[in-house]
Amino acid sequence: MTDTQVIAGTLIVRPQGELDVHTAAAFRTDTENALAETGARRLIVSLKNIAFMDSSGLGALLGRYRRMIELGGRLYLVSIPARVRPVLELSGILKIIPVFESEKRALERI
Amino acid sequence: MMDRESPNRMLLEVPNLTQNVSLCRVAVAAFAAQLEFTVAEIEELKVAVSEAVTNAVLHAYDGPGQVRVTAWCSGRCVFVEVQDWGRGIEDVPRAREASFTTMPGRMGLGFVFIESLTDEMEVVSEVERGTTVRFKKCLGQEQRGDAAAGDRESEDAGSLPEAKEGRGK
Repeated sequence: MTDTQVIAGTLIVRPQGELDVHTAAAFRTDTENALAETGARRLIVSLKNIAFMDSSGLGALLGRYRRMIELGGRLYLVSIPARVRPVLELSGILKIIPVFESEKRALERI
Repeated sequence: MMDRESPNRMLLEVPNLTQNVSLCRVAVAAFAAQLEFTVAEIEELKVAVSEAVTNAVLHAYDGPGQVRVTAWCSGRCVFVEVQDWGRGIEDVPRAREASFTTMPGRMGLGFVFIESLTDEMEVVSEVERGTTVRFKKCLGQEQRGDAAAGDRESEDAGSLPEAKEGRGK
């Protein structure tokens, strides 16, 4: 399940629970639909409520990152829980995607 | 030697459906909780199981098929085996490389993650017969990482048979 919201032209998506091969498809579809509906070019993905992520989840995040580049926009990650940080670090994804500690912080800075 | 005859083992066999990946990693994590793993180590174990089962679910079969997860504890380690009876991997060393994937849109990090997050991994595969991925996760990996040259506390638990051979292929 992915909760979405638009604040000042920035789309915020908040996937919930586990982001793996089974749930990644819904995250992708929900995010694509919200992007199409809102026309937003700034996308914040909040990982606050993510309990688990593996390389399939990372692939879904990276796919959204590439999609935003294609659209001429940007993707930001916020609120990374300690339990999923090791996987993000291992993948190297944090070297290419900007990270903020919270949605509020990201909205102030982007 | 690896204690394959350990009386304390779990076996779970599921159809190759993506919704079963979660069940497999949670079952192995619950089983491994009998050893005193840290929360972070259990998370690493869950990711490793998830990667191995996802590989089997996505790549082993063209149609329906079964995936078997076996886990057992020995000494300070939990051993996990994920087996399928699918198409097999033609070039295992290549499949183990980072970013190798046969599916567009996938990251090709599955084996890299398992290797990084566990103490030892081996992949045994035969074309048209299937693939078995085995790995072990031992207590205190972080401490050992700080003193890699020190005593390996887990030696009594043994190593994966043919692991070195598997890597060299």
